[in-house]
Amino acid sequence: MAEDRPEAVIEARDVAMRFGSRTIFKDVTFDVRRGEIFVILGGSGCGKSTLLKLLIGLMPPSAGEIAVLDEEWSDLEGEARRALLRRIGVMWQSGALLGSLTLSENVELPIEAHSRLPEAARALIASAKLGLVGLGDAGDRLPSEISGGMLKRAGIARAMALDPEILFLDEPSAGLDPITSAGLDQLIVSLARETGTTFVVVTHELQSILAIGDRCIMLDKDAQGMIAEGDPKKLRDESEHPTVRAFFRREAM
Amino acid sequence: MKPVPSPAEPAASPAREAFSAQTREGRLHLRFSGPLERDVAARLWEEAHRARGATTAVTIDAGEVTALDSGGAALLASLAGSEAEWIEPRDAMARGSLERFRNGLGMVKAREAPPRKFRPISALGAYTLGRYEKFLERAAFMGETVLTALSLLPRPWRLRWSEVLRHLDEAGTRAFPLCILLGTLIGVILAFQSSVPMRQFGAEIFIPQLVGISLTRELGPLLAGVILAGRTGSAYAAELGTMRVNEEVDALKTMGLDPTAWLVVPRILASTLVMPALSMVMNITGLIGMGIVMATLGYPPVAVLNQLGQWLSIGDLAGGLGKGAFFGLAIGYVGCRAGLSAGRGPRAVGDAATGAVVGGIVALVLLDGLFAVLFFRLGW
Repeated sequence: MAEDRPEAVIEARDVAMRFGSRTIFKDVTFDVRRGEIFVILGGSGCGKSTLLKLLIGLMPPSAGEIAVLDEEWSDLEGEARRALLRRIGVMWQSGALLGSLTLSENVELPIEAHSRLPEAARALIASAKLGLVGLGDAGDRLPSEISGGMLKRAGIARAMALDPEILFLDEPSAGLDPITSAGLDQLIVSLARETGTTFVVVTHELQSILAIGDRCIMLDKDAQGMIAEGDPKKLRDESEHPTVRAFFRREAM
Repeated sequence: MKPVPSPAEPAASPAREAFSAQTREGRLHLRFSGPLERDVAARLWEEAHRARGATTAVTIDAGEVTALDSGGAALLASLAGSEAEWIEPRDAMARGSLERFRNGLGMVKAREAPPRKFRPISALGAYTLGRYEKFLERAAFMGETVLTALSLLPRPWRLRWSEVLRHLDEAGTRAFPLCILLGTLIGVILAFQSSVPMRQFGAEIFIPQLVGISLTRELGPLLAGVILAGRTGSAYAAELGTMRVNEEVDALKTMGLDPTAWLVVPRILASTLVMPALSMVMNITGLIGMGIVMATLGYPPVAVLNQLGQWLSIGDLAGGLGKGAFFGLAIGYVGCRAGLSAGRGPRAVGDAATGAVVGGIVALVLLDGLFAVLFFRLGW
């Protein structure tokens, strides 16, 4: 895939994030190419989730530039921002479903906000998306009535509601049983291969990284930035960096 | 409304070529072409469903569809129902998209809808039982709190005093600015409002008594109680409710720590102890506010102090402050109970906080009524 190099859908250049005097990371530079599954990995507290928030435009970076689908979040307002939001989907770590709506209504929410499809169409799309993540029989339940893993899968269904070009997933397999987690990995891979959806996955689940990741970057708390970039399998086998080696071999440092 | 177009002419509006309906050999052919995406699907939805009507023999011809998203797939699937014939899109991406959509729908198992009949008698029964259970729960919580508090009396070192201090600070010292503001304003307002009718009788000199007695005996503790219920009662409920949602309360239990001793008693103790102080702040600032109004009316501070000294007894003050302590006890108790009996989910915490404020204020007024009767009987 790297040879003919499809277009970059996300370009990050020298991105830095500081909270007060504390630097989370700096000089983070990478491209995400169309159709690939891009993994952001690293230990706890290295700023993975913060980087994700920068990528989806929730916060501006302290320095550097981030272009998503050739647009910069800071330039966008109103309808232009909505147009870009329509093209991405985000799954939050704990699902982040609205507690007063059923799962099906939660999935319908973005469709309602961004299209004029009638109620029947929205319900049908919601059923199909929930079915795809294995929640076909849970559409009329409330988020408070289902387990954490189901919440997460419902979160993915909601993120997919508008068939986005880029799907951002925050810790998709954390807290799931291995079977569900493997099913999720399969779903991600098949969506990426068949529809050309680009995935940006934040995770530290080793098995998941190796199973799905086309390319990855690794952030490190002590280095305050990126310490590795490339194919996760290659990194596992070839990297000389002590933290990267320890990460992939599950060693304590 | 059942359009049966003749075989030769395309149905519906000919301007939109993305969709046409034809009846051939008894079958209704619904033909789509070009990109069939959300916006197109939304536009075609009505028209396509009208053309389809209730016909059973349907062929969905999506052969010429070049791009398909879930909006388009939803349109096709809704038209197809269960027994339609399909002509699949020739475009591989569109075919995959349709395939995935149908796969997703295939996973949907119909759940049996729960019977929703209105049965007044069983509803009433369920409601009564629910209230009774709630009553038992509340009684148990009260008993547990009292027993734990009593068991801590001979062993006060087992209470977490650092926690008590933290709550004293949060419920007490941090509420002082608000008490000072409200107290002064209430003093000014009371004095000013009463000055108007009092002036008619030339009785302005009695305003200090009026404001002094109503503040120390009633308004001081009552207003401080409202502040405590709004600031602290709700905070207790929200904090404990969140701890319950996060399973912190269960964690304490499994570590062998008693949540009542750990969480409830320090809070209730703190809210009981801060109330006399808050009432006192209320009283003093209220009297100062009254003094300001009196000064503008031409009465010097000496005259005001003289009047107060003559009419206000230490009993008025002590009664008010003592009453305040009980208000604090009740508000802290109601707040903790609301938090620990909160349900799950973010809304439950909000409900618990609301319940704490409402319950706290109701308890406050009820207790105040009881004390009014008690003081009257005792001749205070």
